[in-house]
Amino acid sequence: MTLLAYALYFTVLVGLAWALAIWMARVYGGTLPLPLLRLEGFLLRACGATPERLMGWSAYALAVLAFNLVGFVLLYAALRLQGALPLNPDGIGGMAPDLAFNTAVSFVTNTNWQAYSGEAQLSYLSQMAGLTVQNFVSAGTGMAVAVAVIRGFAAAKGSGLGNFWVDLTRSVLWVLLPLSVVLALFLAAQGVPQTLQGAVVARGIEGGEQVIARGPAAAQIAIKQLGTNGGGFFGVNSAHPFENPTIASNLAQCLSILLIPVAFCFLFGRLVGDRRQGWAIFAAMAVMFVAGLVVIHYNEVAGNPALGVGANMEGKEQRFGAMLSSLWAASTTAASNGSVNAMHDSFMPLSGLVMMIFMQVGEVIFGGVGAGLYGMLLYVVLAVFLAGLMVGRTPEYLGRKIEGREVTLAVLAFLSMPLGILVGGAVAATVPQALAAVQEAGPHGMSEILYAYSSATGNNGSAFGGYGAALPWHTTALGIIMLIGRYAIIIPMLAIAGSMIRKPQAPATSGTFPTHGPLFVTLLILTVLILGALTFFPVLALGPIAEETARLAGQSF
Amino acid sequence: MLNHLRPAIALTTVFTLLTGLAYPLVMTGAAQALFPSAANGSLIEMDGTMIGSSLIAQPFAGDAWLHPRPSASGWNAAGTGASNLGPTSTVLIATVAERRATWSAANGAEAPIDAVTASGSGLDPHISPESALAQADRIAAARGVDAGAVRRLIETAVEGPFLGLYGEHRVNVLQTNIALDDAFPIPPAGGEG
Repeated sequence: MTLLAYALYFTVLVGLAWALAIWMARVYGGTLPLPLLRLEGFLLRACGATPERLMGWSAYALAVLAFNLVGFVLLYAALRLQGALPLNPDGIGGMAPDLAFNTAVSFVTNTNWQAYSGEAQLSYLSQMAGLTVQNFVSAGTGMAVAVAVIRGFAAAKGSGLGNFWVDLTRSVLWVLLPLSVVLALFLAAQGVPQTLQGAVVARGIEGGEQVIARGPAAAQIAIKQLGTNGGGFFGVNSAHPFENPTIASNLAQCLSILLIPVAFCFLFGRLVGDRRQGWAIFAAMAVMFVAGLVVIHYNEVAGNPALGVGANMEGKEQRFGAMLSSLWAASTTAASNGSVNAMHDSFMPLSGLVMMIFMQVGEVIFGGVGAGLYGMLLYVVLAVFLAGLMVGRTPEYLGRKIEGREVTLAVLAFLSMPLGILVGGAVAATVPQALAAVQEAGPHGMSEILYAYSSATGNNGSAFGGYGAALPWHTTALGIIMLIGRYAIIIPMLAIAGSMIRKPQAPATSGTFPTHGPLFVTLLILTVLILGALTFFPVLALGPIAEETARLAGQSF
Repeated sequence: MLNHLRPAIALTTVFTLLTGLAYPLVMTGAAQALFPSAANGSLIEMDGTMIGSSLIAQPFAGDAWLHPRPSASGWNAAGTGASNLGPTSTVLIATVAERRATWSAANGAEAPIDAVTASGSGLDPHISPESALAQADRIAAARGVDAGAVRRLIETAVEGPFLGLYGEHRVNVLQTNIALDDAFPIPPAGGEG
């Protein structure tokens, strides 16, 4: 039954993503119905953009940075001033500067790390006009960058990478918004509140009073899942019965987390004109995903003997149980989403290990919308380079030579991961102000630090919730690391695309290493694991692996 | 960079109006028109009093009712939270052992795992059928009725997995307690009877 349930789930997921990729190929190819194109062109020109102008990689990168900077400033201001702004029925005050910095960075970089609790610290205006907007446009930014990077590999020699304003607008208007409308209505029907009225007071059957927070949640939750944002309307995210009331709402949200990232694999195949290339990348991601899911599922269903017989239900909801919590945990950490339907801090040690590896390899196992694909292309460049070294030929990908410049840029981008996770984590494990955040004694405390810094660097946003990430040290440090994790990958990847597009495309010969077969898929997986996972193996040994060994020996902390 | 600022500011404004105001407001209007009860929090009214949400657990301590799963945040529906305790936490292991002893003493049965572990939201509206059925004897005694009748009522309240494949069997605590009050009114307190 479990196998059947998973098989049906993945069949539906791949089917939907396949169909969406067909639509997205039309969206980004500019072959939409004429009225839509006219509307989009009018909007862009009215905003001062010149849709026909193709950008080189540096112009594209600058446009990304300018747009995200404006978004950051506006969101920061809204969070600081929310106490004096309208749509605040529960009278919530302005956010402290360090927390507002952290939150604004977090939403602009598509991380949605939450060092605050939504129902207690955000007005409805901040939720809607602040966070929901960034949920759309940070996702749109990632999708636009991915499309530009794909063009760098696929488009004819000497053409541009596209126009950021056009790609962004198309992502939001024709992909994210229509999907969100459908999902939001479905969630509202399932019981997710969508109201502008404030909290209500219930008088319980036994006479006690209960204040029940509500709000315009359904609209925000729809885009939080589709845009791999993950920031919950309520503090406990999609474990909250108002965010995720039924099993059907859970399945719809879980599918939405992976939908666009999976579709990007197939879109890649379509845009480069060889669908097998898309399937190869999909296969590499799927193999790693399923391997991790099996570990989490097994560990959570087997449960924690120290607590009693049965699945590991601490921090989980009865309606979801161990299986749907495991599927969600794997999806949200692989896809850089970061929403949770169960508390990751209370998962078994090896489940936590898998979740950390999914984030530490750079969120390339499906990954964030767009971000997962361009992140995986980084590994593709390195895999092709390694293959070239092994056989002594100049490495090629999609008919273009991979040379020193691209490999240097790919390695530079890769280094942002150890910089954020190992350096950031090491500082957080030594400075006393930072150490105060750790809740648990023993190796699990190490895991809390490691998880937080992996999540921020990978722009994931989920957390081991016991970790006191609201301390000023962490709001600041994690904010800076989220910026590194986002832009220290976007900029080199755009530069690689800009360099690739200048090269001639040679037709494949009998000596070309095919990049669509099982051999390449295996090589790509090994590259991700060797570079990504082994970089972090020593520190993982101090956290989840040490905890599992101690647990098996009957030790507690 | 400067020549990018104008489209950056203009498009941010457009998207704020479109996705930050129009989208949530249209969704609010549509949800309120189509699914008013669900969109307002699935609130339950009885005799003019709002007694809670069918989706949100509320504390029950009396012997005559089903008890919800433990909550790390005291069933606070305006500030949710979980224990976030790790699997090797001494605090967690001790807390669970303590809950197990209390639960067994109250119900005269071995506690299922969901009855001694805190939920993720602190507001889990459901318990497992095993937990619900094990509480039947205590409820029947408090209401002065036959335990078999209480058990049958609980059995009809069990919801199954979605499509028979996804999720767990479960019993909604608040709705079942309302049904219990309807079917087996609590004898009035005091010495009359």
